[in-house]
Amino acid sequence: MALLEIRHLHVGVEDREVLRGLDLNVNAGEVHAIMGPNGSGKSTLSHVIAGKPGYEITRGQILFRGENLLRMEPNERAAKGVFLAFQYPVEIPGVTTMNFLRAALNAQRKARGQQEFSTPEFLKRVRQVAGSLNIPQDMLKRGVNVGFSGGEKKRNEILQMALVEPSLCILDEIDSGLDIDALRIVASGINALRAPERAMIIITHYRRLLDHIVPDVVHVMSKGRIMKSGGKELALELEASGYAQFEHAA
Amino acid sequence: MKQVFPKADAERAIGNVFAAARGRLPGAGPVAKIRARAFEVYERTGLPHRRMEDWKYTDLRALIGEVLPLAPRPDAEALVRAKVSAEQVSGDQAVKLVLVDGIFAPELSDLGRLENEVVVRSLREVLENSATGAMAGLVLSTTSDPAISLNAAMATDGLVITVADGNAVKCPIQIVHVATGLSVSTFTRSYLQLGKGAHAAIVETFVPAGGASGYQANDAIIVLVGDEASLSHIRVAADASDAVNISSAIIAVGARAKLDLFSMTCSGSISRYQGFITLAGEGTKLSANGVNLIRDKLHADTTIVVDHAVPHCTSREKFRAVVDDCGRSVFQGRIVVRPAARKTDATLTTRALLLSDQAEADNKPELEILADDVTCGHGATSGALDDTLVFYLRARGLSETDAQSLLIKAFLGELIEEITSENLRDFVTAQAEHWLQAGR
Ligand SMILES: Nc1ncnc2c1ncn2[C@@H]1O[C@H](COP(=O)(O)OP(=O)(O)OP(=O)(O)O)[C@@H](O)[C@H]1O
Ligand SMILES: [Mg+2]
Repeated sequence: MALLEIRHLHVGVEDREVLRGLDLNVNAGEVHAIMGPNGSGKSTLSHVIAGKPGYEITRGQILFRGENLLRMEPNERAAKGVFLAFQYPVEIPGVTTMNFLRAALNAQRKARGQQEFSTPEFLKRVRQVAGSLNIPQDMLKRGVNVGFSGGEKKRNEILQMALVEPSLCILDEIDSGLDIDALRIVASGINALRAPERAMIIITHYRRLLDHIVPDVVHVMSKGRIMKSGGKELALELEASGYAQFEHAA
Repeated sequence: MKQVFPKADAERAIGNVFAAARGRLPGAGPVAKIRARAFEVYERTGLPHRRMEDWKYTDLRALIGEVLPLAPRPDAEALVRAKVSAEQVSGDQAVKLVLVDGIFAPELSDLGRLENEVVVRSLREVLENSATGAMAGLVLSTTSDPAISLNAAMATDGLVITVADGNAVKCPIQIVHVATGLSVSTFTRSYLQLGKGAHAAIVETFVPAGGASGYQANDAIIVLVGDEASLSHIRVAADASDAVNISSAIIAVGARAKLDLFSMTCSGSISRYQGFITLAGEGTKLSANGVNLIRDKLHADTTIVVDHAVPHCTSREKFRAVVDDCGRSVFQGRIVVRPAARKTDATLTTRALLLSDQAEADNKPELEILADDVTCGHGATSGALDDTLVFYLRARGLSETDAQSLLIKAFLGELIEEITSENLRDFVTAQAEHWLQAGR
């Protein structure tokens, strides 16, 4: 059984069909990349998997370990192991990153029937992961993403991901806004999480990220559908010739 | 439905309440004269109503109609119930002074833990021993506001607290108002004088005892903050959801002093907190913060008037409302800068968080600037919780209610963070938390 199985998914936003019969299977241990032009529906797909309200699912289904994901609340999905690193992480003034991380981690552990982390245990883990991502301690005392640079926000997403240890990581343009060094740090943070029981979906416009995180499968998405799937060499092909050839394919 | 009395009937009713209470009110001779005069002033307007500009959003004549009979002296059974509630709201380390149904209850208070620098007497004792009426005149002072006049006429008891010059009081002094009755009214009046260079923290809390319902509490406090003194004044009103609470604070602050005021209303069918703060000495810093937490059909009004009478003072006024269901929050903030008050720096910001479509928040900021060379500003916002923030938190594992609670706490956080004492901050946080839990 695939970890994630999306069957013929149709999704509308504000009376417009954005996903138009999308199929996708992701097995545990695999890293999939999704590439596609602006507006093709990549973020919409990631939001629908995470459970963001405001989308109308008109047809199709999403199964996660065989369970109907669409029937679950976003927090249940998180507790089951779905994690989305947002293309545009939001700022939450008044909630310190540290308090936020603790609330998130403990909520998930509680939902899974695990014990909450003790304060020293929690602090130790956060320090360790933050250190490996070059996130200074004082950033953790600030409001979530408040005043963070674009790159810092992205690193904060990876910090959260590393702490909650999800089974399915969806990374929506994690490379946008990162400088070359930050890209390397973030990529190695992601690579460190590659594991046989864990799958990743990496949404990106640039092959460069895929040089660091080598995918098992590359999908080309256009107009709300997967138009072509292939190996990592598909990313190179795309870079050379663009998306035009896939607009009317399949 | 509450009955709305035409003015004549309402006046007759309150006249009877005053006449009936008279024999029980402490203080004879000059004190009785002060009360009679205050009552006359009250009678000219009667219950505040919407045609009075300061009360236009909180029309007591329409909302409560009449003043209920004065609560009887609490009996032993009432004191037992009051004790339970008083203990539940006690701030850590605070020295409690408990008023039950408008009467000081020394047996429930921590008089033994009072620090030497603090002198506490009951209002009753002060009024009964005010032969010349001089002290009574000070403690029972009034303004043109009818609720304050009525309070001076009817006050049964309260606390008169003085802190001598130069003393720093370590533990907060907490006045706990407990109501135990059904459909009765209470009138309390307290007085706090902080000497030159003194430091203190005072907490006022309003709570019902088990079984209390439909009561009306009218409280007033006169506060004098001496030169170079510093006072943290926290107030939390958590009355029964069918009770009325009208509280007034008249505060005068001397020179180079510091006053931090924080008032939070979390329950009560009809609540009005009105603070009148006069900055009377140069170089003083005021922070006046208010919070209304409102749900169901409750109505809470926080009205703060800051009067800059002298130059070189700073005032920061911040107000936050969280309104759910059909609740209604009113905030009126007025800053007056007198002609002499050059170099005044005053700001007023108000934000309302509306959690339902029927929730209502009225904001009335007013700047009355009569001096030149001042920095004054105000800002107001109002809106719902940001869905994208709620979703972000849910996507990280928080339930919808936990996500909302976290965001509401963050919304209030900035004001609560300003409370410098960690104990008092925890106390206020716990009260806000309690309000959030109650809505689940
Ligand atoms: N809330 C919304 N209201 C209206 N239209 C929407 C909404 N959300 C998405 N869309 C539309 O759906 C389409 C797909 O958007 P989506 O954000 O999924 O694209 P994307 O593939 O992630 O693009 P990009 O590469 O620019 O991030 C776009 O045309 C977008 O305008
Ligand atoms: Mg996108």
